[in-house]
Amino acid sequence: MSSIKDIQDEIVSEFEILGDDKESTIYFIMELGAGLEALPEVARVEDNIIKGCQSKVWLIAEEQDGKVHYMADSNTDITKGLISLLLRVLNNRAPEEILNAKLDFVERIGMGSIIGSQRSNGFASMIKQIKLFAFAIQSNQNV
Amino acid sequence: MNFDIEKIRSLFPLLHQEVHGKPLIYFDNAATTQKPQSVLDALTGYYNHDNSNIHRGAHALADRATRYFEETRETIKDFIHAREAAEIIFTKGTTESINLVASTFGRKFIGSGDEIIISTMEHHSNIVPWQMLCEEKGAILKIIPISESGEILFEEFEKLLSPKTKLVSIVHASNALGTINPVRKIIQAAHSLGAKVLLDGAQSTSHLEVDVQELDCDFLAFSAHKLYGPTGLGVLYGKREILEAMPPFHGGGEMIKEVTFEKTTYNEIPFKFEAGTPNIADVIAFKSSLDFINGLGKKAIKAHEDELLAYANEKMGEIKGFIPVGTAPEKVSVLSFNINGMHPYDVGMMLDANGIAVRTGHHCTQPLMKRLGLEGTVRASFAVYNSKLEIDSMADNVAKIARIKNK
Ligand SMILES: Cc1ncc(COP(=O)(O)O)c(C=O)c1O
Repeated sequence: MSSIKDIQDEIVSEFEILGDDKESTIYFIMELGAGLEALPEVARVEDNIIKGCQSKVWLIAEEQDGKVHYMADSNTDITKGLISLLLRVLNNRAPEEILNAKLDFVERIGMGSIIGSQRSNGFASMIKQIKLFAFAIQSNQNV
Repeated sequence: MNFDIEKIRSLFPLLHQEVHGKPLIYFDNAATTQKPQSVLDALTGYYNHDNSNIHRGAHALADRATRYFEETRETIKDFIHAREAAEIIFTKGTTESINLVASTFGRKFIGSGDEIIISTMEHHSNIVPWQMLCEEKGAILKIIPISESGEILFEEFEKLLSPKTKLVSIVHASNALGTINPVRKIIQAAHSLGAKVLLDGAQSTSHLEVDVQELDCDFLAFSAHKLYGPTGLGVLYGKREILEAMPPFHGGGEMIKEVTFEKTTYNEIPFKFEAGTPNIADVIAFKSSLDFINGLGKKAIKAHEDELLAYANEKMGEIKGFIPVGTAPEKVSVLSFNINGMHPYDVGMMLDANGIAVRTGHHCTQPLMKRLGLEGTVRASFAVYNSKLEIDSMADNVAKIARIKNK
């Protein structure tokens, strides 16, 4: 598995190819969402919705062989694309690795100007929830 | 059509810019309209030449500012055909105007068991103040149902009306759907049972000729920023006899006749409701907005906007997956829609990427969206400076977006 740094570099170079073309960038993000592993229907419940997002984003996590396995979905394609970017970097890693991850790709691709300030807040909520799950699983491992 | 779009557009500096490398197409006029140069000039002109506090100073500047300030009030009086300028109260906007009525008229005239009627298509600012009042007073809020096409069911309204009804507060033209409500009929029916009527004119005043005497409404609330005017300024019109019977809203300077520690007497209307130094600059600049609208004429504006709406309906109607929301026959220039299989946020974001500004979401009408079974819509709303060319561009882009999910 590639390192968190390598995957982020990869994402940054993909976005560099798109350049300043906002439309292609949005299409690209939406297409990324289509590749997201399907979230079981039973998990699409109120309790799994991330607070602080304008759109609905469902996120669940479970431990698999000491790693954190996430699954997510959203009612909007752009948000689905955004969460798929995060999971591409962070999914199936040890909790400690997730908690220590520096997500510098967000700034490097200029995410703020692509998605605007409201969605950026939602994006930050997604990152927070991903880390909270990792923390909970790590705490369980340590008892 | 005697509408010179290029000339009108040249009066609006903001329109001439690129967004994400594309020429801006501004279709979010129901949220707020852009301002003509004359309004901007009036604002800077006031601060450069006339700034002073009004209704008090005994000097030339104060005198001039007071005169300009009161001239706007006169212009508004004519604009909505009120009997007298004293019936025009300045507020922060539609929201504050409605809250003023809820706090003062409501405080005095609405009691336990009384009923207030609103409709399913109200903006939150014409729902929440009444809920707050009802909770405080033990009054009851009744809701007029609507049809699938987004029209009030008038017979249902008549059933809700009773001698217990103290107030009917209703949107004249819906911001989310564009529906123009049959307010004259509603007012007549309400009056026949002794209820007062407030019209939320936030959307109607910019598109329709609104004559408060002819309609015989008791209150009319609207916002300057939707009328090519400054933000944070609005109007409450009320009939003199009702305004006089109402207690004051805020206490402070301007609104008093005489203050002693034993007892304070209140000023005459409209000043009774305008405590503190008002938003002088914006009030003065608002006159230029009204002059701009009057210069074009409401009839010509309506004709232009009707033509744009009809054209947009036609063009967008050709798109596979296009679902119009709100199809009443009488509408202001609001086109609300969804694209089959797509969330409105995604559509809005892709339009924005192409320089097209629309609103997406629930438009501060969550109960309406719930009634229609929708999470939200995409809303394009047109104003005097919009053109068919811009609608072509939107339709082309929406068609491209719709193809993603509607092959
Ligand atoms: C129908 C309607 N009512 C009330 C309002 C509230 O206006 P304001 O925010 O200017 O107070 C709006 C503005 O969005 C509106 O469209």
